[in-house]
Amino acid sequence: MSCTAPDPLAAHDLSTDVAVIGGGIIGLGIALEAQRAGHRVTLIDPAPGTGATFAAAGMLAPVSELHYQEENLLPLTLASAALWPGFIRALADDGYPETGFRFTPTLALGADAADRTALADLREAQTSQGLDVAQLTIREARKREPLLSPNLGAAHLIAHDHQVDPRAVAASIEARLIAAAGAEGRGEDQTVVRARVTALLHEDPADTRSRICGVLLDDGRSVHAREVVIANGLGAAGLGALPEGLVLPLRPVHGDILRLRVPEHLRPLCTATLRGVVRGLPVYVVPRNDGTVVIGASSREDCSAGVNAGAVHQLLRDAQVLLPAVAELELIETTARARPGTPDNAPLLGRVAASDGTGIPGLIIATGFFRHGVLLAPMAARITTQLLAGVCDPAWDRFRPDRFSPALQPQEIP
Amino acid sequence: MTQTMLETDPLVIDGIPLGSRLIMGTGGAPSLDGLGAALLASGTELTTVAMRRYSAPAAGSTGGTNLFDLLLENNIRVLPNTAGCFTAREALMTAELGREALETDWVKLEVIADEHTLLPDAVELVEATEALVARGFKVFAYTNDDPVLALRLEQLGAAAVMPLGAPIGTGLGILNPHNIELIVSRASVPVILDAGIGTASDAALAMELGCDAVLLASAVTRAQDPVAMAQAFRHAVIGGRLAAQAGRIPRRTHALASSAMEGRPDL
Ligand SMILES: Cc1cc2nc3c(=O)[nH]c(=O)nc-3n(C[C@H](O)[C@H](O)[C@H](O)COP(=O)(O)OP(=O)(O)OC[C@H]3O[C@@H](n4cnc5c(N)ncnc54)[C@H](O)[C@@H]3O)c2cc1C
Repeated sequence: MSCTAPDPLAAHDLSTDVAVIGGGIIGLGIALEAQRAGHRVTLIDPAPGTGATFAAAGMLAPVSELHYQEENLLPLTLASAALWPGFIRALADDGYPETGFRFTPTLALGADAADRTALADLREAQTSQGLDVAQLTIREARKREPLLSPNLGAAHLIAHDHQVDPRAVAASIEARLIAAAGAEGRGEDQTVVRARVTALLHEDPADTRSRICGVLLDDGRSVHAREVVIANGLGAAGLGALPEGLVLPLRPVHGDILRLRVPEHLRPLCTATLRGVVRGLPVYVVPRNDGTVVIGASSREDCSAGVNAGAVHQLLRDAQVLLPAVAELELIETTARARPGTPDNAPLLGRVAASDGTGIPGLIIATGFFRHGVLLAPMAARITTQLLAGVCDPAWDRFRPDRFSPALQPQEIP
Repeated sequence: MTQTMLETDPLVIDGIPLGSRLIMGTGGAPSLDGLGAALLASGTELTTVAMRRYSAPAAGSTGGTNLFDLLLENNIRVLPNTAGCFTAREALMTAELGREALETDWVKLEVIADEHTLLPDAVELVEATEALVARGFKVFAYTNDDPVLALRLEQLGAAAVMPLGAPIGTGLGILNPHNIELIVSRASVPVILDAGIGTASDAALAMELGCDAVLLASAVTRAQDPVAMAQAFRHAVIGGRLAAQAGRIPRRTHALASSAMEGRPDL
């Protein structure tokens, strides 16, 4: 099917400026920014907000998430953390769902002596990058959080790692997309299309590296678009008619995560986000505005989509080492979802090389956000909107989506 | 180096020659790329994967890259393991899963007594070894540093015995070198020191004690710079092996100059 001549019989086909595939936090954030930048936007997802975004704890934690050998991600994570307050301000008005954004700090806690050493080593790496991590005595930590166990080995205060409620943000963005489009006379069914994308449409149907001009839906309709953004997480690699030679090495890394209600008499259970290393195993407790807490998260590569009993046990056990009162809470939800993992833990973000070395027109990719998709959503949206405006910042070249595609690398002249 | 070791001093298990005497685990790696780089730097030719934590590639799976693709691309053999099993029965079922998914009879048998110590449960281990051998598996038995049990596992048909240096993940090194030496001195199958390794000198010591190979995971995957640590282990294992074969000098109480009495007429 070609761009220039949409089938005149297909009366139900849609036409838009920017088609965004996937309505997780990444696709939603991109759609919102693109709409604000003046584009007509169509977001396509059979069930927006039900992927990894549904599970995410919503920690905005560039500092406590810094891992050895991942310093390359830091400029991106820090930039995105800095964008969050503004991103939220634009979402917070009357009549829209609450986003749960909180400037709460994060406490990094260690249980035994080895955990203390591990946290101290990590703090050295963090402070050597100029990040703010303050050592506290256990007494000081418990003054802030009286329900913390006295039996802890280390506490560090990370003042700038905040949090948001990803489900609330997703719902708020979706409502706003529809309202803003409605104000310009575009219906909800043109703004959020509840269908699955099966394939990309190309200007030259015989050449998958030619200009992209829309997408095909599983209900047979097409969406014709000037630009297509692939933001459907793990589903990206399964889209039909991707540019030849493009390898999107995504793998599912499942996480189990729990939601619990704190009984009135124990509120607040904690005020900061608590991130523990308990005998070498990570666990976190994120307090929400509504008196619930989120406890997460496991990391499994067993491709099993259901909730894992052993993981639930381990999370509850280790959370109780930090906060013994966890045993008194009401367990209201157990959820498992897959994170879209990449080989280097960094996103696949940007345009794809065309045969002449420039980007394939009409195509932007934004997936592979792995553990940091919530944190990185504002930056993904900003970089994508810049690309839509023809601006390509070389600072983010290292996240190019074609970096794992040998066939698309610039050929060296022998 | 690898090339010459493969020619002159291969580790032979079940008739298969391996050029590296360093066997790597995969648990705890921060990223797939990081793991791949560390495995390459280690020079390993055999890598163990927990069947409970990683599912083997589904037939006809598209796109994605996973751990098994990485091993395949780099010509590294996979040794499925039964980590996380507490009973002989679970270990058996997990081993069958590994055999089916990865098409190998090799299995690293781990039957753990409890989560706190992660020490092998001797009774279940013996039972599982017997059953797996009967089903045609080549069993690499992860065992306590107990010379009696190690020999018994060999008699039950284990293809290799893998005594621990210290409990899994502790990095405490080799806590009972005498027992390891004793196990080696009586074994007629390869002895692979497994678990407890913290740093390069621990691996060198294992080889000097006469072990045929060393297996480790966290010491590399959880190091701050896994690639540098993997290189350190590669050299340590080669160094330890050469030292074990070179014949060390006796330990003396009193000094002995290395070039004594120069110029003395040799009568
Ligand atoms: C347990 C857990 C905890 C986490 N905690 C945090 C955290 O604290 N902080 C943080 O920053 N990150 C966290 N993450 C990671 C974060 O959730 C992800 O990185 C992020 O949600 C990825 O967003 P996404 O929009 O790319 O993908 P998703 O949210 O998975 O969205 C993809 C969407 O694409 C749709 N889709 C798929 N295929 C198609 C198709 N063919 N056509 C149309 N639509 C399609 C799906 O329906 C889905 O809605 C966590 C993840 C997990 C699992």
